[in-house]
Amino acid sequence: MADHLVVLDPGTLSTIQDFGRYGLQRFGISAAGALDPMAMRIANALVGNSPGEAVVEFTLSGGSLRVEADLCRIAVAGAEMPLAIDGAPAEPYRAHDLARGSILTIGFARTGMRAYLAVGGGFAIEPVLGSRSTHLRTGLGGIDGTPLRAGSVMPLRDPTPIGPPLILSADRRPDQAGPVRVVMGPQADAFTAEGIATFLGSPYTVTTKTDRMGCQLDGPAIAHRDGFNIVSDGIVNGSIQVPGHGRPIILLADRQTTGGYPKIATIVSADLAKIGQARIGQVIRFEAISAEAAERLAIAFAAQGDMIRDNLDLAGAGISTERLLAVNLIGGVVSAQPGPADETPDGSP
Amino acid sequence: MPKRKLFSWAAVVVSVSEFHFGRSSRMSDALTFLDAGDCGLTVELGEAVDEATNALVIALDKALAAQDIPGIVEMVPTYRSLSILFDPVVIPKQVLRERVLAVWPPDAAARGGFRRWTIPVLYGGEAGEDLEEVARQHGLTPEEVINLHAGAEYRVYMIGFAPGFAYLGGLPEKLHTSRRTDPRLQIPPSSISIGGKQAAICPPLPVPSGWHLLGRTPVRTYDPARKEPFLLSAGDRIRFRPVSAQLYREMARAAEAGDVVAEVETIDG
Repeated sequence: MADHLVVLDPGTLSTIQDFGRYGLQRFGISAAGALDPMAMRIANALVGNSPGEAVVEFTLSGGSLRVEADLCRIAVAGAEMPLAIDGAPAEPYRAHDLARGSILTIGFARTGMRAYLAVGGGFAIEPVLGSRSTHLRTGLGGIDGTPLRAGSVMPLRDPTPIGPPLILSADRRPDQAGPVRVVMGPQADAFTAEGIATFLGSPYTVTTKTDRMGCQLDGPAIAHRDGFNIVSDGIVNGSIQVPGHGRPIILLADRQTTGGYPKIATIVSADLAKIGQARIGQVIRFEAISAEAAERLAIAFAAQGDMIRDNLDLAGAGISTERLLAVNLIGGVVSAQPGPADETPDGSP
Repeated sequence: MPKRKLFSWAAVVVSVSEFHFGRSSRMSDALTFLDAGDCGLTVELGEAVDEATNALVIALDKALAAQDIPGIVEMVPTYRSLSILFDPVVIPKQVLRERVLAVWPPDAAARGGFRRWTIPVLYGGEAGEDLEEVARQHGLTPEEVINLHAGAEYRVYMIGFAPGFAYLGGLPEKLHTSRRTDPRLQIPPSSISIGGKQAAICPPLPVPSGWHLLGRTPVRTYDPARKEPFLLSAGDRIRFRPVSAQLYREMARAAEAGDVVAEVETIDG
């Protein structure tokens, strides 16, 4: 059989994802795609892949996989899930070359919610409707449109490592600290001034109703102006809708494409990963920024993604003078939120 | 092979509603830009569910698509607004707004043609378990309900909720029916349903619904394995044609093999 990884234990919920499937929302299909695209890009960069190569998205825990190839380069980035190769602890944010028969174990996340496994050369999986992303509700993409199962076989395109393994040093990894920034609207006018003040001034807690479709929050009810039904319109990634009960629901990559509840605000793209990495019970605060500020932030965030490769080091090579200089010059370019260092990595209280 | 009838009727067939629409004063109405984050712009053209507003949405969608504007990732036409998903690195939102205004109001060419589908339906029985109840509620016989439902022409206002789920306007008033008080968690695939003032063609997927089920169609509005995965688009017209259980079964088999089994006419503007 051709080179592949075989799933021994699929973890909590593991799916194949890439940047997502675009152009079909008009036909009722949302994009899907990695909930923390920056972490996916980093994992891909570490193994020499293009940014949007398909990866495995693990949720809370990753289980274990066995390598069925002579040599296979892998890297895991995102939530802090303890890694082990044949039982020996292994670093995340670092490329590892695994020999045939090696077993990679991805443990329960210490912080964060989702981690990404990239394999050098990528998975030999055919795109469906333009993407390899798994859309669970419709059974599209990935491997048979389902989460990975024990025994699932993930064929590899060409896992032969090229060049020495790379690492992203700890000071350059993204963190998810700070408030979740939003642009108000499209239907902020469906809420009272008090309702908007409640939304922006209150802590909201991630409930158990959180998945790739959306994240339901608990907290003070947000008052609608009159009624909570609007004529259904389009929903984007990060739309925050408020149904009749007044508590916000953040709609994510696998969301329904249209909906009839007013949307008070939309999360900026740079902060979507904060929701993708938010755990049940975590407290979230929202901060409104102007549309213009959000646009500048989006451009800066895209630039951070484009600079990942420049920020990688040779694994085990120590820090070079050039690197130290670079840190001083462009420190924090990979961090999605170069916020205060004294906050916990996942922003939890 | 898919059965297709492609007509070029030019100006011969202009429906009453299109004619009316062409002269509508809505043309000059203002549009409203709504922020949907840093990668989304919603262009709202009204607040009502009506044909004129929806026709404008579709015309704007077509006009913008014809411009092939770099940075637009995708557009989502809905009842009364067009959501534009874009890449702010490629196109600033302000420039996008100007590009929208540059094609506003969309000209007649963008409003022109449409497709009319004839969708076969097996009504009643197990295929449409609410048919008799709907008839009872309105003091009609099931046959009268079928005749009313299949006698009307509908407009696809939007595709949403689930892949290929078509929201239809144009349900005869006599069939306006409040939604069920106990929504079903799962309805049979490809159900033909009505709810409130609307009608729907459901995709061949198990979806939840609180609408009333009148029948089922062998047509698969969504099939990722088919060359054309999606049959229907916002702006299409729909007619229903009652079919026998035997014909339904034959068509369902053909549909599963990839046949479209719906007739379509393309009507030029």
